[in-house]
Amino acid sequence: MATIYYTDEHEWLSVEGDTATVGITNYAQEQLGDLVFVELPEVGKAVSKGDDTVVVESVKAASDVYAPVDGEITAVNDALSDDPSLVNSSAEAEGWLFKMKLTDTSQLEGLMDKAAYDANVA
Amino acid sequence: MKKTPFHSQHAEAGAKFGPFAGYDMPLFYPLGIMKEHQHTREKAGLFDISHMVHVEVRGPQAAALVSRACPYEAAEQAPGTGKYTFMLNENAGIIDDLIVSRLAEDRFLIVANAACAEKDVAHIRNLASGFDVAVDIIPRAFLALQGPAAESVMQSAGLDVADMAFMTVAEPNSGWFVSRSGYTGEDGFEIGLPPGEGPDFAAKLLADGNVEWIGLGARDSLRLEAGLPLYGQDMDETVLPHEAGLIWAVPKSLRESGDYVGAEALSAALKGEKKRKRIGLKPKEKMPVRGGAKLTDGDGRQIGTITSGGFGPTLGGPMALGRIVTNADENKIFADVRGRGIAMEPAKLPFVPHRYKR
Repeated sequence: MATIYYTDEHEWLSVEGDTATVGITNYAQEQLGDLVFVELPEVGKAVSKGDDTVVVESVKAASDVYAPVDGEITAVNDALSDDPSLVNSSAEAEGWLFKMKLTDTSQLEGLMDKAAYDANVA
Repeated sequence: MKKTPFHSQHAEAGAKFGPFAGYDMPLFYPLGIMKEHQHTREKAGLFDISHMVHVEVRGPQAAALVSRACPYEAAEQAPGTGKYTFMLNENAGIIDDLIVSRLAEDRFLIVANAACAEKDVAHIRNLASGFDVAVDIIPRAFLALQGPAAESVMQSAGLDVADMAFMTVAEPNSGWFVSRSGYTGEDGFEIGLPPGEGPDFAAKLLADGNVEWIGLGARDSLRLEAGLPLYGQDMDETVLPHEAGLIWAVPKSLRESGDYVGAEALSAALKGEKKRKRIGLKPKEKMPVRGGAKLTDGDGRQIGTITSGGFGPTLGGPMALGRIVTNADENKIFADVRGRGIAMEPAKLPFVPHRYKR
């Protein structure tokens, strides 16, 4: 059973064991508007919490998505190469960005649950 | 932050606002930039452009002052027409690009970019001290209606514009100014009116099912697809008209000499070696390349800069305007995006054909 966490930087993580699927929140995609390009990281890349990991480009501007915790990229959502708008239509499911293997699961303790995140952006 | 006369209408329409040239302006509405863009190309988009400044030059020497400030023969301009031009500094750098409309024999309207308004007005007033003219800022609500349905919408709103051609102007009511022009490449109109009359007129236009409010986001993607330069990005006071691809706006007779500010410097620059030029570019990948990105040759030497770049919803891909050195090999241009060299290919401008009513 996956547990969902949220960050101040408007990312969500669905964690099962030591693997997380990461994306941006529905709130974040609404703020960005229509996405036209997503630059994904390379599989195998080691990232530290706060690293620029993904670039999402809307019609207007490019925005960074940061690594929410330390870990190694194990998969990326290739469907976004053909259809970046998946992030707009399904930010918290089909529009996921990457999967990562966590190296320090204790970092999850500082993240928010859905109720806290919703209150944060309300 | 300043608000335009349409601010509460934007808020009611669900606009997301952002600061622009000192104003709180709508960036996009619930439709989103992509659909706003397409709506404008297919039907009619309504843009609040009230942040722009209207300056009227009036008096016996009005034409003479305009011809001193801008590189064209204002005395030969037919009343009822607009002219795309600019004001140059003594080095022929572009102070601002403008449309100057001749409303009557002795009356010209200069519409200036919001961010440049203060320096423009100071420049004109400074030049005006030697001429028998009055220079006044006209407070106005200002709208642009752009797209293939624009004419029929204007007609239903009670403005008889069917006989107006591209770059003609009219004053249909007291304090009103209408031009057939715009910044999207589409047929359309710009309508200036007394601020208090603005909201009612906007409501009248919006009552037509073909019309939607369009924000600054889509305004930018539309103008870039149309290959139209933006002041502050594609030109500034360090850029000369020919370097910005705008020498067509200077009549041939004024390229070698003239009495306008910047004439000597422009003539000298045109006689000398042309150093930089504007180029349309398309990235060979899907990645948008934004303004400010460095352009390099195959060997990593900088040959220019992207001045405007983004994604074209009608084009269906990324597009950019750049300025490069004239001796560059145009088939070997790379844009530096986050440390990667993105191959670029030269593209014909405009990216999407203009549909002005000639």
